[in-house]
Amino acid sequence: MLQIILGALMLGLLWAIMTIGIYITYRILGIADLTVEGSIAMGAAIAANCIYGGVNPYLATFLALLGGMASGLCTGLLHTKLKIPSLLSGILTMIALYSINLRILGKANVSLLRMDTVYTIFLKMSFLNNNLFVKLGITHLMPVIVLGIIVVLGIITILYWFFGTEIGCSIRATGDNPQMSRAQGINTNNMIVIGLIISNGLVAVSGALIAQQQSFADIQMGTGSIVIGLASAIIGEVLFSKRSFFSRLVSLVFGAITYRVIIALVLKMGMPANDLKLFTAITVAVALALPEFSSYLRPITKSIRGGASGAIRKQSL
Amino acid sequence: MLSVSRVYKTFNIGTVNEKKALKNICLHLKEGDFVTLIGGNGSGKSTLLNCIAGVYDVDEGSIIIDGADVTKIPEHKRAGILGRVFQDPMVGTAANMGIEENLALAYRRGKKRTFKWGITNKERELYKEMLSQLGLGLENRLSDKVGLLSGGQRQALTLLMATLNQPKLLLLDEHTAALDPKTAVKVLELTNKFVTEGNLTTLMVTHNMRDAIKYGNRLIMMHDGRILLDIKNEAKQKLTVEDLLQRFGQASGEEFASDRALLA
Repeated sequence: MLQIILGALMLGLLWAIMTIGIYITYRILGIADLTVEGSIAMGAAIAANCIYGGVNPYLATFLALLGGMASGLCTGLLHTKLKIPSLLSGILTMIALYSINLRILGKANVSLLRMDTVYTIFLKMSFLNNNLFVKLGITHLMPVIVLGIIVVLGIITILYWFFGTEIGCSIRATGDNPQMSRAQGINTNNMIVIGLIISNGLVAVSGALIAQQQSFADIQMGTGSIVIGLASAIIGEVLFSKRSFFSRLVSLVFGAITYRVIIALVLKMGMPANDLKLFTAITVAVALALPEFSSYLRPITKSIRGGASGAIRKQSL
Repeated sequence: MLSVSRVYKTFNIGTVNEKKALKNICLHLKEGDFVTLIGGNGSGKSTLLNCIAGVYDVDEGSIIIDGADVTKIPEHKRAGILGRVFQDPMVGTAANMGIEENLALAYRRGKKRTFKWGITNKERELYKEMLSQLGLGLENRLSDKVGLLSGGQRQALTLLMATLNQPKLLLLDEHTAALDPKTAVKVLELTNKFVTEGNLTTLMVTHNMRDAIKYGNRLIMMHDGRILLDIKNEAKQKLTVEDLLQRFGQASGEEFASDRALLA
């Protein structure tokens, strides 16, 4: 059980980076950006190919970041300069990235078994290699968890600073009210492009770290990832505090971890892994529909709560 | 201060919905002019304002603000010398951001936005002082989300944002039309106060004839994409609603047909 929970924590931390990326486009800019399906695979492909070719894994992950940012730039320019609707711009980049990712990988998947990854240094550290961890059988999980926590905290700190700066505030304003933003002298097109660049950069980093954790990169690994990201973000928003921007960012991480725990549990309970995507899609659909549901349910819950007095009032009418 | 010369604007050119919104508009405002712009629905007054603000490109003609030709300059670049308040109170402010954040966005209008903090403590003091001028108690709610405010409060805040750093030209697009009568009066009084105290060159669109007569030093009436009447200074002071209707009839050969303008 401990292994399952820690495994979920580990995956949750890596996917949290992607969730934060999706949050930037979906919640801050108000764009459902499908580019991420391509850029997560792109991050994995770049990292895998570089590491396979002997590049330092940290440099490889950084190159993945740059690749993701480039794909975000591409979607941003399609949307703002060529005036293609944002959803379609994302789809176009996503499809284009499929071919590009195949070119980067050279084949459908690349294995990283027995290669040095960003986690290797931590594997050698003695405090992560003690007898207790060996006995519990979690030595392979701890390096990823430690690095995941460091990266996630770093990203949250940087983003918290960034969205407090003049440029960051302008991006938030653009997502909130573009008309007002232009009237206040903000170049809304540039802000959308910057947002997409940051978002896809983070998503690619997430892909690079996931590929190194699972020891392979696969051309298909992006499929459905936007839904996973949305599910994590929504779970985080519903279950955890969302008052300040900082707590919102933290709630995304908890959301991503919670999502992984839920998935691990339903798999443990015997759900076939092939049904996972259906399960995720239904979760997101229900979560997105909750506000709509609650307006239908309100009269019912009211009458239950109001109980007898409500019934009497009706009779007297 | 503002010089609009021979401006034409047509929407949906070449279709059955073609609409000539502005036909040869020439308008010149001196520094410190407070001009009220009145006209019926579809007379082109909002289009004119949007062309000046850069929301629409003009088909022909030129727009010069404070000596700079802005005809081809995009909306967000013109914004630095303009202050704008819109008809819809929801449009002028960002609902999910705080009052102070909205003011900070306006404070940086026309300046380069960098990686410095989006709002500083020094500014907060300034905003507090400015908000207290509104008399709405907003000075104690600096970090509240603007979405929590009423329409009137939001419009007053937008007005404050528009006048925050002395715009060369203040554009008010029926900014009290969506408010209840009492709030509308309050926002108009605030407008008048800011404009006269700051000696701001102002173009205020209104549907309300009484307001158009009461405020400002010059009244312009538009009809069917043209400027019909232009009444200045002393002549404007003596003006009444009846005069205005009569002169409209003489100039256009039609009867003024906007109930909203008459009833208001």
